[in-house]
This record gives sequence, structure tokens and C-alpha cells, in this order.
Amino acid sequence: MKAYLGIDVGSVSTNIAVQNGAGEIIAGLYLRTQGRPVETIQAGLKETRRILPADIEICGVGTTGSGRYLAGVIVGADVIKNEITAHAVAASYYVPDVKTVLEIGGQDSKMIIIRDGIVTDFAMNTVCAAGTGSFLDQQASRLGIPITQFGTLALQSANAVRIAGRCTVFAESDMIHKQQMGHSLKDIVNGLCEALVRNYLNNVGKGKELLAPVIFQGGVAANAGIKAAFERALNLEIVVTPHHDIIGAIGAALLAKEELDIIKKTTVFKGFSITDLAYRTGSFECDGCPNACEIAEIYEEERVIGRWGARCPKWDIVEDNNE
Amino acid sequence: MRKVSFPHMGESYRAFKMLLTDLGNEVVLPPRPSRRTLNLGVQHSPEFACFPLKIVMGNYLEVIDKGANLLVTSGGVGPCRAGLYAELHKKTLRELGHPVDIIVFEPPRLHPINFIRNVNRLNPARLSIKAIIECIKRGWRKLQALDNLEKISHIIRPEELHRGTTTRMYKKVLEWVDSAYTTNEIIEAEAAAVDEMNKIPRDHERLILNLGMVGEIYVLLEPASNLEIEEVLGNLGVRVERSMFLTGWTRDNTWKETTEGMTVKDAAHPYLPELIGGHGRDSIGHTILYAKRNFDGIVQLAPFTCIPEIVARTILNKVSHDYSIPVLTFFLDEQTGKAGMVTRLEAFVDLMRMKKMQAAKLKPA
Repeated sequence: MKAYLGIDVGSVSTNIAVQNGAGEIIAGLYLRTQGRPVETIQAGLKETRRILPADIEICGVGTTGSGRYLAGVIVGADVIKNEITAHAVAASYYVPDVKTVLEIGGQDSKMIIIRDGIVTDFAMNTVCAAGTGSFLDQQASRLGIPITQFGTLALQSANAVRIAGRCTVFAESDMIHKQQMGHSLKDIVNGLCEALVRNYLNNVGKGKELLAPVIFQGGVAANAGIKAAFERALNLEIVVTPHHDIIGAIGAALLAKEELDIIKKTTVFKGFSITDLAYRTGSFECDGCPNACEIAEIYEEERVIGRWGARCPKWDIVEDNNE
Repeated sequence: MRKVSFPHMGESYRAFKMLLTDLGNEVVLPPRPSRRTLNLGVQHSPEFACFPLKIVMGNYLEVIDKGANLLVTSGGVGPCRAGLYAELHKKTLRELGHPVDIIVFEPPRLHPINFIRNVNRLNPARLSIKAIIECIKRGWRKLQALDNLEKISHIIRPEELHRGTTTRMYKKVLEWVDSAYTTNEIIEAEAAAVDEMNKIPRDHERLILNLGMVGEIYVLLEPASNLEIEEVLGNLGVRVERSMFLTGWTRDNTWKETTEGMTVKDAAHPYLPELIGGHGRDSIGHTILYAKRNFDGIVQLAPFTCIPEIVARTILNKVSHDYSIPVLTFFLDEQTGKAGMVTRLEAFVDLMRMKKMQAAKLKPA
């Protein structure tokens, strides 16, 4: 049976999805990148091969996320796409008339505005960690609550305390202050959910017109407390799609299918055997000019398959040889 | 021995070098801003100052290292702190133990005496007024040629068959203009360069997107400060038209041809009737003019913490909505990681392309 592989290599998590021709997800993995994208991709693919039925043939691969180029050269990707487009494509796939996509991941958050099936506006937070999953993670562990129970705890609160949301520094000092004043944990946690939502809507939303249907995806969409806070803030129903945590990977798989349908070529996927190859990354400083670019390279066995970081074409040789 | 230098801003140094040498100055060429420039600049600038101040500070320290002791720069009009930067640079550099002097050119229209005095100081060859005017004319012509070539590179790059050809060719032909001296030589070199650029193999079938680039002048004009955004966009199949060139030559031509004499100020007026300093009003006006010419999108470039551009950004939300033109803003600072910018640009290009294709579908040809 034919299937398409999507890989989303983000800063916090690496997600893998295999979607068959009928659109069903036959394998889905959510792994922590832990600063080792190459190892994580290899481990993820090894696991994917184990899960997949033997008769599955991968006939297209797409990569996305901030590590998309790295993943692309390792696995041999037919399409390498930015995560905003990948998320939008997957959202439209699940809810065809979607108008607003809220996405909160580990280290970034996005908002995508869709009208008549096409993206008309988007924003991605840049300077701020107060609106992302990492901060929730950090606070959960400070309070000793497993992140998976964070949302349920927030839902038990009837009275959210006000937490400053603009900056993690303000938020944390506010939380400590409230906790020492004797507010209950559930109210503080709920207050934090509201603060995060407020910050996200101000910082990423900036005057955008948010219309229903609204989809909420990304790792943080698992948090029922945040979902409820969004519903209260927007006074709209928020839909969390199935596989919301690996939605970027699904988008990449959908894009790979679309791309191959258009160009009518066979996939350049190198196969699951790459999980047994040795990959090595390295970097050096180019001394060609005062820019002193930090060049990163990746080796497959003894061959360079990718180089990044140069501000001039000096180190592009690799790509030329491959063409 | 007096040695003169000035800040690096795109390719303009080629014309300034010629002009200052003609007037009898020994010139120290400013290097293209690099990581070293940034490190020096950041180390010796107030933390909250904007990016242009820091790069220029680094650039000054580099030329001082090579013996420069007289720096030439421009002042500013209106409430933008760049007008203060020359004084701040001078004070900081002197505190660091460099006995430099800075000549600040204010707009000659508003400050004619300042202009004449400054020209005199930069004229050790004691050329006659007539000869000076001749030199300025030639320098201006060279500046026009340089701007023209850059503009052509923006048109050709998105269509090039082999990635990188345009950039390589552009770098080559710049040297031709650089070594031209008389007005005739400059005109000939420019013509030959244009011919050579036009020979680059192009794919005319490609769907090309038109993008207008607006924002603060320094980050627009110095590619080293904007992570070579025009090149990135060109490689993504986008024809960039920048709202600002040093000569303004292009701008005048654009107005006449396409927007029925409407000026940037007039265009911006319904949204912002005041000069708010820097290029905030221009960013709004140009966005509207580009929208009227059916451009596919706008990129606004601004130094981080730049107040005029922050004000413009807020107003551009409304302009974007009213004219249904997507706008993407980048606030630039010392960050050199390009990944975040590339991700946003790729998504923006996807957005513009989808929009254009949908419009084409709705409107049968």
C-alpha cells in the first residue's frame, strides 16, 4: 500500500507521520529532539519502520520545521517546506473551511489566518518565550505537577488569579507572589493559562480578525486549560483536531503527496536503511573574509551531504555535485 | 596626515571614494560590515541604541584602525534619533582615545551654509567651485549607475536559470563601473554592464511575484545589515522593488510612470498626515503606491526599537486590510541567524503565490 512520510523537526520535538493514500495516519510519533536532531530522526525512523505494516511503500517524503533542511538531506525529501505552510495545509485538510489556526509549540507560536482555503496572513512570535510550551513545562516542573495534568488542574478552578503574562520574568514573580499569599494551586495554574492566552493574542494576534472555525494545534493543544482559556477569551468554539501534536508532520506528508502528483516523479526517499548509516555533524569557521561565517556540515558515512551558514556561495559545492 | 572615511552603505562607497579623492583627500575605504564590525559596534555603543548606530560605530572603529581621522556622514531631519548619532559617535570615539573629527552633511536645501562650509573642508585640492560641481556631477552619475545595476539585479535574479548567476555577474560588472572615471567612461561602463546582465540565461515562464520593500533607509540599503534579504527573496522567485535608493533616481522614474504623479506624502496622508521622523511616513506611502500597482506583497524592514517604523507598522495593519495587500515586517538587530527570517519569507512567498494563483483562477484570462 502506498503511503507518504512527513517529518517535522522542531526545536523541542521531532514528529513523524505516515499517511496512507486514503488520508489515514498509520504511524505517528512525537519525540523530544533534545538538541540532537540527527539521532532523533534516525531513532524515529527506526521506530516508524517497526510500527509500519510490511506492505507499506513510502512513495513521497516531506520535511518541515526549523530542522527541515537537515532532515531533508538525511532522508532524501521530495519537498522541504516551512512550518507555517505545513500547518496551514494540515489544518485545511481536517477542517476545510477553517479561518483561524492557533498553534503553540515548544518554542514558538504561530497564528495563521485562512480565507477561502488560502493563507492570507500569519504571524510567528519572535522575541518572546512567555507564549510557548517551554514556559508551561518549566512552571509545571517548578510546581511539581506533571505537564499532562496541568490542563485538568486548571479546569478545576473557578476563579483564576491574575498573572502577568507579558514576560516570563513578570509571570514567574507574579506566580510566586500569589502562591505565597495563599492562593490555591489550581487557581494559579488557571491564571497562568489565561496569562499565556492573553500574551499570545496580544503578541501574535496583533489586531488580526479571528473568525470561526478556529483550530488549535501544536503540542500545547493537549492542554485543556489553555483551550478553555482561549474559548473564554475569544468567545468562540475552539476545535482541537486529531493528531494535533504531529500536525506539522502530517502537513509535510500532504505536501509531499501534492508535489509528487504535480511533478509526476518518483520519490527521492533514501529508504529506512539510512537509520543504520553513520551521520556526523561538524562545524568550522570560514576564514575567507572578516564575516567569519560559522559553517555547519553534515556527513553521511564519509561524504558531505549538506552545508549551511555561509553568507556567500563559497561552500555551496555540495549541492552542485548532487544536482 | 589627514585621512578621510565614511560609513559603508551598500555599493555607494564606490562613488564617494571617487568624489573625495578628486577633491584631494586621501580616502580610507570602509570595509563591508562583518561580524567583526558588529562585535566592535555592539561593544562600544549604548545597549538600547538602534542597529544602524552600532554597525556604523563598528565601521568607524575599523577605518580608524586603518588610519582614518576625518569621518564624513549625514545628519537627519525630524524626530528620529539618527540625527543625533554623529555627535554620539564623535563623543564615544573620542572617549575611546581616537582624536577624530566628523563632518555632518545636513540636507543642503535646508542648511545651505553648512553644506558649503563642509565642502570647503573636504577640498584640500582647492578646486574651483566649477570644478567641484563637475566632480559632484560625476560622482552622482556613478551613484546612478550603481543604483541602476542593483535594480537590474533585482529584476533578473528571480528569473535566472542557474541560481547564483546574477549575484556573480552583478559583482563582476560593479567593478567595471568602479574603474570608470570620466562621465563618458561611466556611461559606457554602465551600458556594457547592463548588456552583460541582460545576457544571463532566464526562464521567462516562471511565475514571478512582485514585492515592494519599504522601511528605514540604512537597513534597506546595506545588505550586510538585512541578512541579504533581497538575494534570499530573488532566489525564491520574487522580484523586489525597493522604495529607496541613494539617488532617488529610481523613485522619480517610478512616480512618473506608474502612479500618476501621486507622491508618497500624498498617498500616506489619509493614514498619517505628519512627519514622524525617519522614514515612517514613506513606508506607509510606498506601501499604498505599491498596492495601487497591484504588487503581491510588502516587506517592511526596520531596526529593532525604531519608533518611526513601529508607528508605521501599526498603521500598515490597516493599510494592508484596506488595500488587501499582505505585509510582513522584520525588526533587525545584531542577530545573524538567518533561519527565522527564511522561514517567514518562505511562508510569505507561499501566501503571495497562492493568492496570485487564486486570483488568476477567478479572473478567466
